[in-house]
Amino acid sequence: MYSKNVKSTWEKKDRSTGNLRYSYRRHLKEKFIELLLLLAAFFSILITFSIIFMLVKESIIFFQHVSIWEFLTDTQWTPLFDDAHYGILPLVSGTVVSSVIALLVALPLGTTIAIYLSEFASYTVRETAKPFLELLGGIPTIVYGYFALLFVTPLLQLIIPDLPGFSLLSAGLVMGIMIIPYVSSMTEDAMRSVPMHLREGSYAMGATKFQTAIKVVMPAAFSGIAAAYILAISRAVGETMVVAIAAGMQPNLTWNPMEPAATITAYIVQVSLGDLPHGSIGYQTIFAAGLTLLLITLIFNILGHLLRKRYRETY
Amino acid sequence: MVKNSLVESEVNSLSLNQYKSIVKNLNFYYGSFNALKNIDMVLHEKQVTALIGPSGCGKSTFLRCFNRMHDLYPGNRYEGDIVLYPDNENILSPHVDPIEVRMRISMVFQKPNPFPKSIYENVAYGLKVRGVKQRAMLDEKVEDALRNAALWDEVKDRLNDLAFNLSGGQQQRLCIARALATDPEILLFDEPTSALDPIATASIEELIADLKNKVTILIVTHNMQQAARVSDYTAYMYLGQLIEFDTTDTIFIKPKNKQTEDYITGRFG
Repeated sequence: MYSKNVKSTWEKKDRSTGNLRYSYRRHLKEKFIELLLLLAAFFSILITFSIIFMLVKESIIFFQHVSIWEFLTDTQWTPLFDDAHYGILPLVSGTVVSSVIALLVALPLGTTIAIYLSEFASYTVRETAKPFLELLGGIPTIVYGYFALLFVTPLLQLIIPDLPGFSLLSAGLVMGIMIIPYVSSMTEDAMRSVPMHLREGSYAMGATKFQTAIKVVMPAAFSGIAAAYILAISRAVGETMVVAIAAGMQPNLTWNPMEPAATITAYIVQVSLGDLPHGSIGYQTIFAAGLTLLLITLIFNILGHLLRKRYRETY
Repeated sequence: MVKNSLVESEVNSLSLNQYKSIVKNLNFYYGSFNALKNIDMVLHEKQVTALIGPSGCGKSTFLRCFNRMHDLYPGNRYEGDIVLYPDNENILSPHVDPIEVRMRISMVFQKPNPFPKSIYENVAYGLKVRGVKQRAMLDEKVEDALRNAALWDEVKDRLNDLAFNLSGGQQQRLCIARALATDPEILLFDEPTSALDPIATASIEELIADLKNKVTILIVTHNMQQAARVSDYTAYMYLGQLIEFDTTDTIFIKPKNKQTEDYITGRFG
């Protein structure tokens, strides 16, 4: 249609055919597509805000019964007992200890794997190894949970005979293994997107592969690597099944990984699955716990965003 | 094909101390593609040698043989000799460590490629890679290199700034400083000004003229005027072959080969 008009314009002596006139039809179509795209984008924002709204609304009911001060400072979390205490600290400690163990496993191992795959491995090795790593990421988390409980814990008990059947150590280790593929694949992507001319610059100075990887490629890929680490932290903090199964479900204010303890997520599972009446104060606790979890991950995401902005690479 | 009379006569005269390097019957293959064919050439000590020729003629491929850059990619193969003096050693030999070669033969690339580090760390990189740790020595070498690259006055107050904050021409001079900091014997330039504006180009050319008293220079350029301005010797390449090699004056004023003349005068290429 359009090209035909152009042709006829050239043929005609008088070119005032009105072709330059504003086409409402084309613009309406364009506006319609724009609206569809906007709605799609808006939808995800809407969902996010409704989750936050729900959490905050239900948490307000909780905080009408329990002061924020008590919530943040009480060292016991026993909402289901007769002598109810509502201190989030025991759940936070469980979350922090299991996450730190997981990250101690996942970040160094994931980064090492990424360096190897991106800078050292041949094409064949890389293309063979990557599907296996991705497979590791595709295993359902509940399987990891039972792996921790029934395989890793007995194994650890051979080394540490006093280790209880449920422990943060076992759950954290397995959670770390679970997160490795996320760290390695995102870190590898970031490193491989570093332009080759930068590597050549380093090799031309007489640097070895390892020096090039550590001193040039990794700093150049910083923002991508930071994003991978932040994602790993968020996953560790938000991971549910492994800790629910292998770490035990007793809230326990401890920094000792050899002890059983509950994390925020494990507690939410416990209450969600239980038969607490809707609207009871015990039931409301899961929203306060959920809000705490959201705030923790939010802080890390903001931190990651700031880091990325600060070290944005300019190629 | 006309043999390069200059190469043969001078190689035969065995006055080797004025040569930094002699290239003998060099062939290079990307997989099965023969990219460089039977190249014979010399690099005169502390002189500038330019490689000219149309795109795809193999001039960059040739340059990158000198620091074994092709070793980074699988499927590449060298045949023949690039003998480095005074060692009298073929740097293409499998017994030679490419890292050792690159320690002595530095390179400046087409596009400025500073590392994501400070100006100081960029220049100190080569020394740190070599294990130099003494701060005083690093400071001294960094300052020398930046002075030699005519960049010191512009950056001396902001050595800790990120190198990316420099302009394109400054970045390229930083890359030259980085290459100079390790006292290389040969400096390779791969079209160093093709990404720069005319003013930055002029300053790099001036720099090359200053540097030739200190180091042997091999420069690839697609710009014939640049070759005429900066070099003492010029090699014209076409389709992986070295067509003619002589003093720059001879190549540009009375080339012996018809092909060279056509290229120089703009009838071809």
